[in-house]
Amino acid sequence: MKGHTFWSDLKNYRVLLLMLAPAVAFFLLFAYVPMAGIIIAFKHYDYAGGIFGSAWNGLDNFRFFFESGDAWRVTRNTALYNIAFIVVNNSLQIFAAIMLFEVGGKWFRKITQSALFLPYFISWVVVGAIAYNLLNYDIGTVNALLRGLGLEPIDIYNTPAYWPYILVLVSAWKGLGYGTVMYLAAITGIDTEQYEAAEIDGANIFQRIRKVTIPNLYPTIIILVLLAVGNIFRGDFGMFYNMIGNNGLLFSSTDVIDTFVFRSLITSNDIGMSAAAGVFQSVLGFATIMTVNYAVRRYDKDRALF
Amino acid sequence: MKQLDRKIFSGIGYVSLIFLAILCIFPFILVVSSSLTEETKILTDGYQFIPTAFSTEAYSILFKYPDQMIQAYMVTIGVTIMGTVLGLFLTSMTAYALSRKDFKWRNKFSFFFFFTTLFNGGLVPWYLLMVNYLHIKDTLMALVIPMMLNVFYIIVMKSFMGSIPEAIVESAKIDGAGDFKIYARLILPLSKPALATIGLFLALAYWNDWYNALLFISDEKLMPLQYYLYKMLGNMDGMRKAMMGAGAVVTTSIPSESLKMAMTVVATGPILLAYPFVQRYFVQGLTIGAVKG
Repeated sequence: MKGHTFWSDLKNYRVLLLMLAPAVAFFLLFAYVPMAGIIIAFKHYDYAGGIFGSAWNGLDNFRFFFESGDAWRVTRNTALYNIAFIVVNNSLQIFAAIMLFEVGGKWFRKITQSALFLPYFISWVVVGAIAYNLLNYDIGTVNALLRGLGLEPIDIYNTPAYWPYILVLVSAWKGLGYGTVMYLAAITGIDTEQYEAAEIDGANIFQRIRKVTIPNLYPTIIILVLLAVGNIFRGDFGMFYNMIGNNGLLFSSTDVIDTFVFRSLITSNDIGMSAAAGVFQSVLGFATIMTVNYAVRRYDKDRALF
Repeated sequence: MKQLDRKIFSGIGYVSLIFLAILCIFPFILVVSSSLTEETKILTDGYQFIPTAFSTEAYSILFKYPDQMIQAYMVTIGVTIMGTVLGLFLTSMTAYALSRKDFKWRNKFSFFFFFTTLFNGGLVPWYLLMVNYLHIKDTLMALVIPMMLNVFYIIVMKSFMGSIPEAIVESAKIDGAGDFKIYARLILPLSKPALATIGLFLALAYWNDWYNALLFISDEKLMPLQYYLYKMLGNMDGMRKAMMGAGAVVTTSIPSESLKMAMTVVATGPILLAYPFVQRYFVQGLTIGAVKG
């Protein structure tokens, strides 16, 4: 009987199933097949043998990755950068959204929002070029300014210690408009009655923001932050690669898992270890997302991802 | 008292917003200004916000030998159009099937797609699949395929289509319309706002893409604009050769710094020109995503 329903369903849904077929084939090939390819991490990859013909080497690739010391460095960098990005970006975006909502007329808002959103639209290649303009030792604007003030120029591209600050700044700069729009949408959705009630109670604007606006933003903040926390082990390759490139001098403070995996694969052609690092990242990421989702479910069931 | 609070607040608000807005715009002015500054001035005084010695030399050199730039432009335009059209078609068709409430298996299929955002095989197996098994290296498909379908866009589109009254589908069915016809004739026209937004997101991603070229393209004829720019920024000699044409003597009189900036301007220009007109669709899209996603 059950089999019978299945076949009649299949017949009823044939058009819908055909419509789904291209996307299903796409994800099967480009997402699920590579998942099976994880076995490369446990093999000594050689081109003649390919994925299935190469010899197994157990956990050697992982041992290599962890014993080189790279594992700890890139994992720490990835997580710390993402934590800094989450804190700085969200605070700045919430601040800008509240200000945009409270201050100025229609035109001021429109123009400011357009300005803040602009960096979102350019590629990381262009951001890299701009950064080079500003930070270059010989002709960068920052050093031109320092020289103009009679100060010693600083060799930014050779000093790892500056880069955490620079990268946090760049990330905040590029993401400001996007996040501000998200938070602004949430603020615009707040029931105006709450503001009126605060007004009647004699609250000034600071009190109103603290007691009405921010508490109403909690759901949005929590969701956006938790989603970001779920991706804490994913480095933004475009940003790190275009800001740092292959400048090995800076790797101690700027190398993240994604740039490490890319270099191992493309530059040093160490396929086994690169795959091992990738699997390490995927498993870590999966565990984080599951934990975060569990946390969201406990906070508010409807907002959980699944 | 209350008036004073409001005034202090507005003061802080205006000052900080204007400061942030300037911070977001200044780098663009720096690039444009540098591209219009005389090379010698850049080399002695550094990049400047206002060109103290105005020169259009960089642009005239850039447009004197425009072949490679035009080639890169054509690749980017072609890939952007192809990717956006294919992507929109597949995204909307998939989303439509998943949004049909009478489709019993829709949750199973949704999960099939969604799971790929939770877990993946990493870069290496994917790269080897593309290069060693699908032989996609140095083909335009290498630039189109990787970004064509995105689970997040499918979800946004699905929730948009899910908000279209079911009665429309029901009555069309009674009139004898098939599933594909309902999608193409009824649902697609009603989904224009979502299509516009996701189309723009796709187009922006394709226009700005350099990563897939970094992985898969070594043939100069297939380099998209951003990757070409990336190559040129890091490779002065290559740029001089490209500028002077093959076989020509490589001279050192090419104004490389201002030329880099002129190239950056030319590669980013179309986006900045389209920006005022399309920005509101992005804002709309984010709002749809924020509320429903």
